[in-house]
This record gives sequence, structure tokens and C-alpha cells, in this order.
Amino acid sequence: MIKKSIIGLIRPKVEYEMVGPTTPGAQAISAPMNVTLLVDIPLENRNALLIKAGEKVKEGQKLTVSKESDVYVISTVTGEITAINPFTGDRGKEYTAIDIKAGGDEIDDTFSAFKSKPALDNAINFLECVPGKPDLKRLNDPDRPIKKIVVAGMDPDLLVAAKQYAVRYSCIPIKKGIEILKKITGINDVVLAVPPSLERDAHTEMIDTVAVSTKYPSAIPRMIVKDVLGQEIQAGVKLEDMGICFISAESIAAMGDAYKDGKIPNRKLVTIINKDLTKTVVSAVIGTPVGNILAALDITTNDQDRIIAGGPMRGSAVYAGDYPIQPDTDAIMIQDKADIPNVSDSACINCGECIRTCPVNVPVNLLVRFLEAGEYEEAADDYDLYSCVECGLCSFVCTAEMPIFQFIRLAKHELVRIQEEEAEAEAAAEAAEAAEAEQLEAEENA
Amino acid sequence: MLNQKKMLVVSHPPFIHMGSTISKKTYNIFIVALIATLPGLYRYGAPAVGVVSLAVSSAIIWEYLMNMANKRPVSVGDGNAALIGLLFAMMLPATSPWWFVVVGTFVAVVIGKEIFGGMGANPFNPALIGMAILMVSWRNYFDFDAALANYTFETIKVYPMTAMKNVGPEAVSTINACDLLMGNLLKLQIGGIGATCGLFLIIGGIYLIIRNFIRWEISVSFLAGILITAYIFNCYDPAKYGSPVIHLLSGYTLLGAFFLATDDSSSPVYFIPMLIFGAGCGILTVLIRNVGMYADGVVLAILFMNLANPIIDKIRPKAIGKVD
Repeated sequence: MIKKSIIGLIRPKVEYEMVGPTTPGAQAISAPMNVTLLVDIPLENRNALLIKAGEKVKEGQKLTVSKESDVYVISTVTGEITAINPFTGDRGKEYTAIDIKAGGDEIDDTFSAFKSKPALDNAINFLECVPGKPDLKRLNDPDRPIKKIVVAGMDPDLLVAAKQYAVRYSCIPIKKGIEILKKITGINDVVLAVPPSLERDAHTEMIDTVAVSTKYPSAIPRMIVKDVLGQEIQAGVKLEDMGICFISAESIAAMGDAYKDGKIPNRKLVTIINKDLTKTVVSAVIGTPVGNILAALDITTNDQDRIIAGGPMRGSAVYAGDYPIQPDTDAIMIQDKADIPNVSDSACINCGECIRTCPVNVPVNLLVRFLEAGEYEEAADDYDLYSCVECGLCSFVCTAEMPIFQFIRLAKHELVRIQEEEAEAEAAAEAAEAAEAEQLEAEENA
Repeated sequence: MLNQKKMLVVSHPPFIHMGSTISKKTYNIFIVALIATLPGLYRYGAPAVGVVSLAVSSAIIWEYLMNMANKRPVSVGDGNAALIGLLFAMMLPATSPWWFVVVGTFVAVVIGKEIFGGMGANPFNPALIGMAILMVSWRNYFDFDAALANYTFETIKVYPMTAMKNVGPEAVSTINACDLLMGNLLKLQIGGIGATCGLFLIIGGIYLIIRNFIRWEISVSFLAGILITAYIFNCYDPAKYGSPVIHLLSGYTLLGAFFLATDDSSSPVYFIPMLIFGAGCGILTVLIRNVGMYADGVVLAILFMNLANPIIDKIRPKAIGKVD
């Protein structure tokens, strides 16, 4: 992953590890007794829930929790709902967690009606929770049309190999999935972004590919658009707004399989990165607690270790060993407490390491001073906060061991919050003004 | 559940680090600078050892007192105060009185660094701030020839900088480059305690560059600036201006190029600005030596370029995706 020379002048090489022809297939983890599914909306009113504890569910059944929202999950096991609870994820994001106790092997057949009849509306209705979590609604937005779809065959983070695995082992479903996607969306510009080592696998199936460099962080979507597709990216403009949509190769394979078999796939490829940085790729039912997978692989964790959902550069640490595998959990990394690096509160010493490592030329040494002081707006306006592609290399090389990447994420998060608050305040002021005008008018009429 | 009761550590990404730290960096520079001072200590004996020890210890104490006064965490452990003390002592004559050293480190650590907010916030190299104020206030103590009058030297009997200034290059014509470079082990070049063993300074500087503790761009352009400017002067009037080699190997040139100009916080971080900064230091040094009133220009040249650093460092590549 990281090759560091004793000669400091030679920059440390941070490279992705490649899945090659000799890599063994994914190890299947047996279906768990209990799964937890996370619905992407906060649990607000328990009485208004559309599902209740004690209800029976079948594998493949669509579960919605609230009348107001069409957000759903697909049950990955057949069994009985045991509990519905609020769940707080990374950066305070709120979910509704549905615990299901497995039992029985019936399969819900609503989706099988659409077998071999792919259409965008049934895909949006049933396939948003397949492994890889494709953002299918995004493909159906007439205001911001998507012109190009990039199928990501390479994971943006180091050591993670879920997407590469999907390309290595599921080329035929991917090809089928791409055909379906082209048909249902009418978007013909679809390319598969793969590392050079997997290009041949994709070529044998006649899939259009582009090769992504193996140097970190070239597999981050914005970097792919800039370096591989050769398009100019603009700070603060989302890729979707440029008409480019990224979908994981695993999702495409899952869509291909779903329309072939009439059954919604429920197994996710997960790269398990052990304490010694060895990797095992497993396939686990979505909702499986991380602890089950670790037990199956004989990995023990101790107090003060760290479990990370995602890779070492961009993942998020989780609070407990029962964290469930999500449709977009590409990796679980276990870190021993002895390997957890120190984070310091020292100020920037202006050594310039971050400047020399930043892939998009952000003036990190200046930016971080504004972020530390909470001057987020100035940071965004003058010091290129929004150019950041969130690769984490600045924190990785920082001599002062500052949490620079966290400062950047916090700033972006805060700016979104501030903008929302301002918009709300503006709307409230407008409403008050309108009410006042109405009152005046009423008084005048009287 | 298997792991449910375990207390996991939760923090933010990235979860790995390259392993470089502030203290590793300063300790490395400190040790290299100390090794380069050894020949000076050997030749000048106990007074030099006294000056160096007092400078390092008083710098640490000043920093500790400032930490207390500011109610900040004690930061002497990062080694930066000790390094400032050592670099300051390396520039002093061996016979400097104790109060001179203590006042110097006070100015360096307290005025040069702590009042700006500590390490990383100082706009000027702290050791040079100490030097500059002492040079202006007590100029006589920097008359190396007088200060070291009681020593008996074998070859180089004059401080090359002053000799060139007052007498002209013929005064140093007997000095050959090899003596300047090697001199201090066997013979002696008069000068600051740690500034006169060119060979050790060069080896130390190369080590620091290779390990990436200092930025090669600054050192190389500094030396290039010295050589080129001195060469031009020398070509113009060899009888009046010394040769580039003398300029390169005497005075504080090598100390400045490898240890002083490369101070992180007061130097630029981008490639072109680093080259401009280094070359500017070198050119100004020779200008001050040849045209200005001070015998050695390194201190003031670097301070002047420190002043220009924020402006020079604005020459930077445009961030990708930046919208004007």
C-alpha cells in the first residue's frame, strides 16, 4: 500500500493494491440469525410506523417505514421483525434501524413479475438497495439530466477491493447490467473504469473501459473525471450537475442478476482488512453484524481497537461490533490499538508536506489556519476548500499530526448547515412579511 | 453480540499516518547542528562549550516560562526551543559573556517566536531575530578578531569577512578553500562557534536534505545566489571584491543555507517561491558584504527575505477546479 523510502526526498508511494488473475474468490459468510437494516430516514414518530415489531417479512420484501417518504429497504432475510430503533451513523446521520430475526426460506415474489422486463421505474422501486447502493433516482431527474455513466470498477480507498472483485468475478452480469442500464435510461455513454490489471477481463466481455492509474487517489470519482475522462472539474460543482453519474460495478452486476433471475441480490462483497493489513474478501448478507464476519474469520478485537467501515483513508470508525453491513459498506478494517496513530493539537508548522502531496493544489497550509479559526466562508472563498477531493493525504503526511482532513470535512458540513439555516431564516422572514402585508390589506379593507 | 461490550476507539479518517512528527524533525536537525558544532567546541574549548550550553538551556527556560505565562501546554519537548538556542550559539563568538547569551536567547525565543504564537507562527527565524538585535545593540561583541584575540591560531588569523571588508580580498588571498572547508579540525577559521567548519555543515545539510527535514530548493538556490552574485562582483573588480569560494565557505553562509534559511515557518513552501527566496537570500548576502556596512550579510539577508516570504509564497499553482 505505502512504500516509504528511508530517503525522505523520494516521496512515499501511496498505491492501490490490485486484484489480479490469481486472487482467490470471495469467501461466503453464512447467513446470520439476526440482521439489522438501516432505512435512510430518522425515526420520528413510532406510532406512525408502517411496520411493527412482530410482523413477518420475507426475503426480497420491500419495507417502507413512513407514509411521507418513499425511502425503503429490501429485507435480506425471511423472518420476524424484532425491533425498530433509531440509529445514529457517521457524522450524526440518523437512520431507522429494523432488526429482523431470521427463520424460514420463503421469498417475496413481487419483483419476479419484472423479470426480463427492465424499466427505470421498477428499478427505482426495487433495486435502490442492491449491493453498492446505486443512486437510480438520480438517473431520472429531468431538470439535471445525466449524459454519461461511469461504472466504478475500482474502489476509491486504499486496500479496498470490493469493486475490483466485482469486475474480476462478475464480468458477464456487469455486461448484462450495462445493457439494461443503457436500455432503461436511454443513456448510451457508459464506460467501466478499471485498474490496468483488470482491463483484459473487461475487454474479453467487450465492455467499454477506461484505465485508472494505480496511484492513490486516482480512483476517486472527481479524479477519474479529471484525469481519465479529461473533463474540467469545477470546485463546488457536483459531478451529477456536470451530467456524470458514478455507479458501482457491483450494483451493475446486481442489476444484471436481478433481471436475469427475478430475485433481488442480497449479498454484499466486503473487503475485510485485518490488523496486519492482510485482506480477505467475503460475501455477506446485507445487514449482517460485523461481529459475525469477524468471528467467521477468527479475527479478535480488544478494548480500544478500532473498527472502520470503509478503507484507511476515507472510512468511518464505528461504535460497536454489531454495526451491520450496509449496501455500500465496501470494507471493514480492524486496527489494533497499538497501530492507531497519534493526533495532535499542535498548530501548522508550515513544513509544506501537504502542499507537495495534495493532488489538486489546494493551499492546505493556509486553508488549515482559517479552518482552525472557524473562518469557513473565507476558507471556501479564498483558499479553495471546495477544490478538495477528500483523499486524506494531507492528514496522512502532516508533520504536526494535525487532523487536517477532519477540519476540511467539518468545514464542508458546517457550511451546508449554515446555508440551510440562512435559507430557512430567509423563508421565515418572507413568510412573516407576507402575513403582515395580508393583515394590512385586511385592515384597509375593513 | 460478540463485540458489543468492547469499547472501541472512534475517530475520524485517515486512520493511518506516514509517521513523521515535529519532534523527530527538530531532534534530527538539532543533532546534525550539534555535530557540526563539535569542531568549534574542540578548538575554542571550555568558553565555547559554556556559550552553547547556556544558549540551549536558557532558550528552553525562556520557552518554559512563556508557556507558563501564556497558560499554554509546555512545548519544550518538541525540541524547537533547544534548536533555536543551539543555532543562536553557533553564530556567536566563543568569548561572548553570559548575559549576552541570555539576552540573545530571550529575544530569540520570546520576541522571535513566542509572542507570535509559538512554533509555526513566527514570521522570522527566531535565532536570527536574536542575532540581529544583538548585532545592532552591541556591535563590538561581534568583532571576531578582537573577541578571539587571546587564541593562537595556526593559519587563518583573521575573520575573513571583516578582513575582506576592511582591507580587501588580498587580506584573505593566503587562505585557501581547503582550509576553510576542512580547517576547523586541524587549523582554524575565525568565526562563530558553529559556523566555521564548512565540511561538517555541508555533510549535515546534505543529510537533512536527503531525509527531507529541510527543503533542498532553498539551500541550493541560496548557495547558487551567493556564488553567482559573488562571481559577478569578482569579475567586475577582483581587487576589491573577494572570490565566490571565499564567500561560499566563510562567514555564516553554510549555516544560513542549511540551517537558518530553511526554518519552516518563515520560508515559502511552493517550488518557485522557494527558489526565489533562497536566491534572494544569497544575492542580498553578497550585496551586504560587498556594498553594505556589515561584515557578514547572512543574518540580515535572511531576515529581509523572511519579511518578503508571505508575498513570494503567493506565487502558487491554481487549485484544480478553482473558478475565478
